[in-house]
Amino acid sequence: MNWTHKDLLGIRELSREEILYLLDTADSFRDISRRAIKKVPTLRGKTVVTFFYEPSTRTRISFEIAAKRLSADTINISASSSSTVKGETLKDTARNLEAMRPDVIIMRHSMPGAPFMLSRILDSSVINAGDGSHEHPTQALLDLFTMKERKETLDGLRIAIVGDIVHSRVARSNIFALRKFDTEVTCCAPPTMIPPGLEALGVKVTHSLEEAVANKDVIMMLRIQKERGGASTIPSIREYASFYCLNESHLRRAKRDVIVMHPGPMNRGVEISDQVADGPYSVILNQVENGVAVRMAVLYLLSGGEV
Amino acid sequence: MILIKKGRLLDPMTDRDEVLDVLISGDSIAKIDKNIPGTDADQVINASGLIVAPGLIDVHTHLREPGYEWKETIKTGTMAAARGGFTTVVCMANTDPVNDNKSVTEYIMKKARTEGVVRVLPCGAITKGLKGEDLSEMGEMQQAGAVAVSDDGRSVRNSRLFLTALEYARLFRLAVICHCEDETLSGGVVHEGFASLLTGLDAVPSIAEEIMVQRDIAIARYAGSPVHITHVSTAGSVEIIRGEKERYTKVTCDTCPHYFTLSDEATLTYDTNAKVNPPLRSRADVAAIKEGLRDGTIDIIATDHAPHDAVSKDVEFDLASSGISGLETAFALSLALVHEGVLDLKGLLTKMTANPARLLSLPHGALAAGKPADLIVFSEDAEWTVDKNTFYSKGRNTPFQGLKLRGKNLVTIMGGKIVYSGP
Repeated sequence: MNWTHKDLLGIRELSREEILYLLDTADSFRDISRRAIKKVPTLRGKTVVTFFYEPSTRTRISFEIAAKRLSADTINISASSSSTVKGETLKDTARNLEAMRPDVIIMRHSMPGAPFMLSRILDSSVINAGDGSHEHPTQALLDLFTMKERKETLDGLRIAIVGDIVHSRVARSNIFALRKFDTEVTCCAPPTMIPPGLEALGVKVTHSLEEAVANKDVIMMLRIQKERGGASTIPSIREYASFYCLNESHLRRAKRDVIVMHPGPMNRGVEISDQVADGPYSVILNQVENGVAVRMAVLYLLSGGEV
Repeated sequence: MILIKKGRLLDPMTDRDEVLDVLISGDSIAKIDKNIPGTDADQVINASGLIVAPGLIDVHTHLREPGYEWKETIKTGTMAAARGGFTTVVCMANTDPVNDNKSVTEYIMKKARTEGVVRVLPCGAITKGLKGEDLSEMGEMQQAGAVAVSDDGRSVRNSRLFLTALEYARLFRLAVICHCEDETLSGGVVHEGFASLLTGLDAVPSIAEEIMVQRDIAIARYAGSPVHITHVSTAGSVEIIRGEKERYTKVTCDTCPHYFTLSDEATLTYDTNAKVNPPLRSRADVAAIKEGLRDGTIDIIATDHAPHDAVSKDVEFDLASSGISGLETAFALSLALVHEGVLDLKGLLTKMTANPARLLSLPHGALAAGKPADLIVFSEDAEWTVDKNTFYSKGRNTPFQGLKLRGKNLVTIMGGKIVYSGP
């Protein structure tokens, strides 16, 4: 298969085959991170810029480690150190970056669509590392990778996604991705956290956590996006936790081999109990590990690599 | 003297539709008749195969002057109007300073006289500074030339103040033009619907508009005052207005070409040229707007011409200014309604000439001897492609770039002068 996309802006634009191809590629990169010398020369001479307009620890470091393990040169720019504070527009900042001839720009932005704008301006590849409430494609890819790793195939899986769906780019990207496979996706939250018409994306909606987790292969918990107004959709975090915090009693209703996922950062005691987060069903740290392999695959394919 | 020969004269106000010649003398129409000899005419326009109609009247334009001259000026905005077939435009008050007192109104009138190429009729602010707190001096603005008042860009949130404004505006026969938006519901940048579900952009539900449409009409009915709802964009608003018109005859409304041409799908690519307020709605809303136009619920087609400089649009969608530069595409986009069979030509022209003239009690918008010579000659079928780089407007912000349109204004005559003539 030939990879034809210059950019990775969202999952919605990918086909099922492309997603599987990407996951297979990631699989071939996973071993590199488990060696004593965690570096291959694949992207030597390539320049990768992480361009983060919004705070991030996990995603930025994951991308940076992925790039470095492929021998790319990496540069990190964050909003506080960038020229945006001096009043430069995104377009001008982007053009200035382009003039220094980077190969890949990885962007996180609080506003939906910002990476689309960047990709229209630039010849470099653009990777969306999360744009507002829109998409976070590499998160969905690493989530699918983790599901596939545990369940062998994605088809036939029953998945619950629980939490602040309306503000969640992780939920959107996962819904777009999972619905390209023969899966059953149930979204669960109070009505105020469910965007109107969500069913049109091919998912079921329930407001009961007990119902949502019943007979599921995968339970994905999301945090409340306070920075996007998530807290104003509920009376209090305390009340939310009393109805929507995943604890061990919920897991008994799920399938025996259920896995519990969370994109992080977790709010323990709010959407997930300590016992579940640290318990035997949790694959949360596997997700983080797999994130590096998936991002290596994305960087590799966008840079024109062939497996 | 200008003689327009053999055009199909179509004038809704006088209910005329036949091939006739029009003789213009000075600033008014001297004669309309069959076979007027061209002996005295300085210029003869052969309108054979073309349509002669009253100049279009736009009840909702932003000319940006004073204060935002880099976006548009009275000169460039009226040049765009002339090209688009408009001989009269009503300019909204959200300039800097706001047009909320007679000195600003006088400034606009003076600029329009010296630099404008079509008639400019100012719309004053309802409240000082558009702040929704104190009434602006409507009487003095009216004496200076204002024909309407509006806090366009927002609703007058305080219902008591809005009631007072409606009652007071009646004293000076000023049309009250209402932008309907409940700001406590409208913190988004696109319509709330399937497209916003996909893009993750913050969304505005249709009810943000509909609640205020209902409120504004309720207050107007209580006051017994006329009220005009501008840029109607939702199926719900059309339904509310349709019902209210049965009970109360002093309600009028307009919509804009983008609301019957584009749906929120235009925002799927984060194209900031498709960012407009109220936002582009669903396909079902588009169909309801067309039905409202067809059955007469919607009286007027306005442009809401909102020119912006490139930088205001060349940013993240959330940060981009709202608005579409519409004067040069509005007529052709509206003619699509005729080609689609939603309206007949007379019905369309009624919504762009006679009805706006009635709303504002203007002597224009009719073709008859003695009337001001404001008229256009257009082709119903000529095809052309929108190219923003040829716009006379400074605002190149159009979501219609590259669109092939059918129907084109060819000649615009305002006050007996040819102010636009194009291929």
